[in-house]
Amino acid sequence: MMSVLQFQVTGFSRLHLGPIDFALFAGETVCLSGPSGSGKTVLMRALADLDPNEGKLELCQQDREAIAAPQWRQQVCYLPADSGWWTEIVGDHFSNPETALPLLTRLQLPDDVLTWPISRLSTGEKQRLALARVLLLKPKVLLLDEPTSGLDAEATLAAEAEIKEQAKQGSAVLFVSHDTEQIARIADRTFVLANGTINDTVSEAPS
Amino acid sequence: MNFISLTYTDLAIASLLVIANALLSMALGLKLEKRFLIAATRTVVQLTLMGLVLKTLFELTSLWLTALAALVMILFAGYEASARQKQRFSGFWTYGLGTSSMMAAGLIVTTFALTTQLRPDPWFDPRYAIPLLGMILGNCMTGISLGLNSLIGNAVRERVAIEARLTLGQDIHQALGGVVRDAVRTGLIPIINSMSAAGIVSLPGMMTGQILGGVPPVEAVKYQILIMFLIAGGTAIGLICAVYSAAWRLSDTRHRLRLDRLSPIQEP
Repeated sequence: MMSVLQFQVTGFSRLHLGPIDFALFAGETVCLSGPSGSGKTVLMRALADLDPNEGKLELCQQDREAIAAPQWRQQVCYLPADSGWWTEIVGDHFSNPETALPLLTRLQLPDDVLTWPISRLSTGEKQRLALARVLLLKPKVLLLDEPTSGLDAEATLAAEAEIKEQAKQGSAVLFVSHDTEQIARIADRTFVLANGTINDTVSEAPS
Repeated sequence: MNFISLTYTDLAIASLLVIANALLSMALGLKLEKRFLIAATRTVVQLTLMGLVLKTLFELTSLWLTALAALVMILFAGYEASARQKQRFSGFWTYGLGTSSMMAAGLIVTTFALTTQLRPDPWFDPRYAIPLLGMILGNCMTGISLGLNSLIGNAVRERVAIEARLTLGQDIHQALGGVVRDAVRTGLIPIINSMSAAGIVSLPGMMTGQILGGVPPVEAVKYQILIMFLIAGGTAIGLICAVYSAAWRLSDTRHRLRLDRLSPIQEP
């Protein structure tokens, strides 16, 4: 049973959000739900410290101010809904392409995908490659913004299996999804973002 | 020096060409006749005023008045550079960025040329200082506005890619590196082009002026080479200052991309 406090957010606010308090624990998969425009993406971006925000964020009892921003983002890793690519070749976007291969295969990507130009990728392939990119960092907290929205049923299940595997290895996962079946399949609990705040009923470690 | 002094009659005859342009515009329905006449009038008025200012400056040879004239030129150049930008920083930064970079570049390079190569007496002799500064500022202004347009435009366009690098734990210098390099490169292209084409495609304006003024061509060429090098140096200094401070302004200590510091795009 994982009960180490991993990610603690208190008095968080940004734009129309907050104050928000919640905690995420190692090994759990939490769904962040709420209507469009309720601020799910704003919240996730700010947790990864991509936008200025107020409040105390702690990772394993360490304040975010004590951690340099790039290291913070490697450990509290955000996967945006739109994937970004900065060179022409897929492989350039992986720090260690060799170790990526088994995961890419499990995500049903072609064996030679790392040599492809970005322009050859479909939306779903981009989405799985971007997911692989963050999973390989083995972050302590994974923030996934609609990670399977462009995938077919089979690829969705493969992606879910990898997300669950990451949680089993000790990450805390917060994901946005509008797919109720998916939420039922992988979420241990759900945060509902409404009126700029979250009803985190479980503020202690799940037993 | 032997040169043919122009009379006002000569200028009046040349102005017939502008009037012909205006008539042509009316005949073809271009609706440019009014703008033609206004622009031509501005040329006459602005240059006459500049001539008078320069005449006074040259007679007085005062350090303070020369410095004042230089400051006014720099402020106008800063205004022009910021007016040419499609998307700008909000607040003071719009204007301050280009102006301070140009001030640094213009002053450093002009002083360098005056004190080490030209060495007029006194060193700030406005007959040398003001035209030198003018040429450096004019080119620096082009470089800086191209560079900043490229930097800001690419940062906005490449936002998703830049932030993808940040989310993967790269620092802001890595994430913005390509955009910064492109901006500097874009700003340096015009001076490289004009150095490459000088003498083959175009006879640069200053050299032409000196030749018309009776300076032997070989001497005029030496001046032109000096000016080209000064412009290259000035553009590089101003451009680097402007692009790097803009990149700094586009980021913060938490390595974020701060596009919120840009003002909304104005409709043309």
